Amino acid sequence: MTDKPMVRFDKVSKRYGPLTVLDSLELDIHRGEKVAIIGPSGSGKTTVLRMLMTLETIDDGVIWVEGEPLTHMERNGRLVPADQAHIRKIRSQIGMVFQSFNLFPHMTAMANCIEAPMTVLGMKKAEAEARAAELLEMVGLGQKKAHYPSQLSGGQQQRVAIARALAMRPKIMLFDEVTSALDPELVGEVLQVIRRLGSEHDLTMLMVTHQMGFAKEFADRICFFYQGKICEQGPPKEFFGNPKNERTRQFLHAVLEAG
Amino acid sequence: MGIRTLIVMLVASILLIAFLALKPAYSLFLPGLLEGALLTAKITVLGCLLAVAMGVLAALGKLYGPAPIRWLANLYIEIFRGTSALVQLFWLFFVLPQFGISLEPFTVAVLGLGLNVGAYGAECVRGAVTSVARGQWEAATALNMTRAQMLRRIILPQAFIAMIPPWGNLFIELLKSTALVSLITLSDLAFKAQQMNQTTMKTIPIFTLVLLIYLAMSLVITIGMRYLEGRMSKGLARGRTV
Amino acid sequence: MWDWAFTLEILPTLAKAAVISIEATLIGFVLAAVLGLVLALVRIAIPWTAWPISVLVELIRSTPLLIQIFFLYFVFPSFGVTLDAFTAGVLALGIHYAAYCSEVYRAGFDNIHRGQWEASTALNLSAWTTFKDIIIPQAIPPIVPALGNYLVALFKETPLLSAIAVLELMQTAKIIGSETFRYTEPITLVGIFFLIMSLVSAAFIRAAERLLNRRPAR
Repeated sequence: MTDKPMVRFDKVSKRYGPLTVLDSLELDIHRGEKVAIIGPSGSGKTTVLRMLMTLETIDDGVIWVEGEPLTHMERNGRLVPADQAHIRKIRSQIGMVFQSFNLFPHMTAMANCIEAPMTVLGMKKAEAEARAAELLEMVGLGQKKAHYPSQLSGGQQQRVAIARALAMRPKIMLFDEVTSALDPELVGEVLQVIRRLGSEHDLTMLMVTHQMGFAKEFADRICFFYQGKICEQGPPKEFFGNPKNERTRQFLHAVLEAG
Repeated sequence: MGIRTLIVMLVASILLIAFLALKPAYSLFLPGLLEGALLTAKITVLGCLLAVAMGVLAALGKLYGPAPIRWLANLYIEIFRGTSALVQLFWLFFVLPQFGISLEPFTVAVLGLGLNVGAYGAECVRGAVTSVARGQWEAATALNMTRAQMLRRIILPQAFIAMIPPWGNLFIELLKSTALVSLITLSDLAFKAQQMNQTTMKTIPIFTLVLLIYLAMSLVITIGMRYLEGRMSKGLARGRTV
Repeated sequence: MWDWAFTLEILPTLAKAAVISIEATLIGFVLAAVLGLVLALVRIAIPWTAWPISVLVELIRSTPLLIQIFFLYFVFPSFGVTLDAFTAGVLALGIHYAAYCSEVYRAGFDNIHRGQWEASTALNLSAWTTFKDIIIPQAIPPIVPALGNYLVALFKETPLLSAIAVLELMQTAKIIGSETFRYTEPITLVGIFFLIMSLVSAAFIRAAERLLNRRPAR
């Protein structure tokens, strides 16, 4: 075992034309740590997850996963931009759940969960199905295996999406505003599943969320993003109890005001 | 038009053909015309198969191929969309032999029409593939699939449903274009009609029957594609209101 | 393989024939656009005609243009009217594409939100004013490029007129071929001519589309 961080953002920048979304971000996330990222919209918080999932390229810096570069690879002692094979190798440790579920609409819940294990990991169907059944059971959808996404509620779809990501046995799970597209009464069931994941699995979790209560109770660390930088971070108790930065205070005030 | 109306029209056109066949002025021509219709159907089916294959290949080449393939796909699409079907048929029929390549008229027909419609099909495949939501690509990336796996397992199956209606229209275009093969000596339905018309000058009975036969064949395609669309989208649409 | 001297020799003849092709295209298209509009308007104005018109449109669109050309060319003499080949051919092109055009107009009118009619009624505008000032200006931007595409499609079908011996481009190329036993140059030239015309018109249609969409009509 290494004492290297699970994920390290090393001076990572992202720009869209003249707009700098992330400005030389430095962030370490340790094995088993649960980090909640909060901040106003446009602060670059979702971009952090999307870069780690390789859905966005980065303009500067290096992202490391367990001491290995994700966005780059070593060649002759130098770091060069990674090729597809290298990206796929490192990416296999990361799973992601999206705001808009992104389930495959032409596949049942079960088929959604066995697709990648079979095509990517080369698992046998029986094995993949046994594992998927277990996971669907865990997210409370043991009865909905044969349902298509369109036959499931938003909360149920999101729980299938969590099971689907877990089926790939990632070490790191990314949650991108996973409750934002849900009706208020369905938020709880999804958060419940994430809570359970946190207590039963040895996962490193990184989540972008607007659920302050959940972040406070669940996360080990809160990172507050503002204009492409981490403005303030710390354990939830300190962060919410005694925010040091004026921006943080304004943001928390505005969010709590809105309920 | 609703599928019911289409079925009513199909039944009506077949009944009308049968009814007309009772009259000697019409029944005289029917066997020859049906023989031609069989050839028309053969060319249509083979041409459609070629068109689908070319459409998918050209679209994927244009979207994801390396530069030379992309260039080639574009060239194919522009040339076959930009010149007319008859020019293409004549080119294959009259010009290719001058380069030492003589094809059977039947081969020319299938090749010419299939390539022509395939070029239009490429655009409809491309449209359908790019209309699949970006989130689907992202979810597949997050599951660490390769580009080929994403296309084959996630994107194309969804794009397939969006492609059915435009392909239905293209198949009908192809069926209609088969009439052009009569001009390169094939005795299809249009050729038979023209031939009988020249010998008997009974224009109205002959062409009434011919139009009805083409109409029935078009309707079979339309109804078939509607049915396919309904079946394929079942999984997607079921319980959408939940 | 390619004989340049022969190419130069046949070029003037083909150019003359191209004029016939373009004439047929323009007359045929005007016919299609006007007849299509009439069909679409009759459909809106007289509700009971909707069904027969849609069956007629379906019938025309489901059967080959070549058959329709033959039919018109040969059927008129049996009523004692003889049409020359050019007239019959252009008439068939016009009728065939009128069926397509009528659907374009219909889609254009249908796409306008019902709220626009309702708002006009609420403002007590007359049906004619509503149509002229509210509906038409909104319907035109999507209609123009669609009609443009059919203009190009119609143009590409003019070689069919060669089947009834109209001396348009294709027929002329074929005659040159059969007289000289050289098909390569005439037919390839016809192909190139169509390709250039199609690419140029496609560029025009795109430009028109941009121009129309720039206006904040919607």
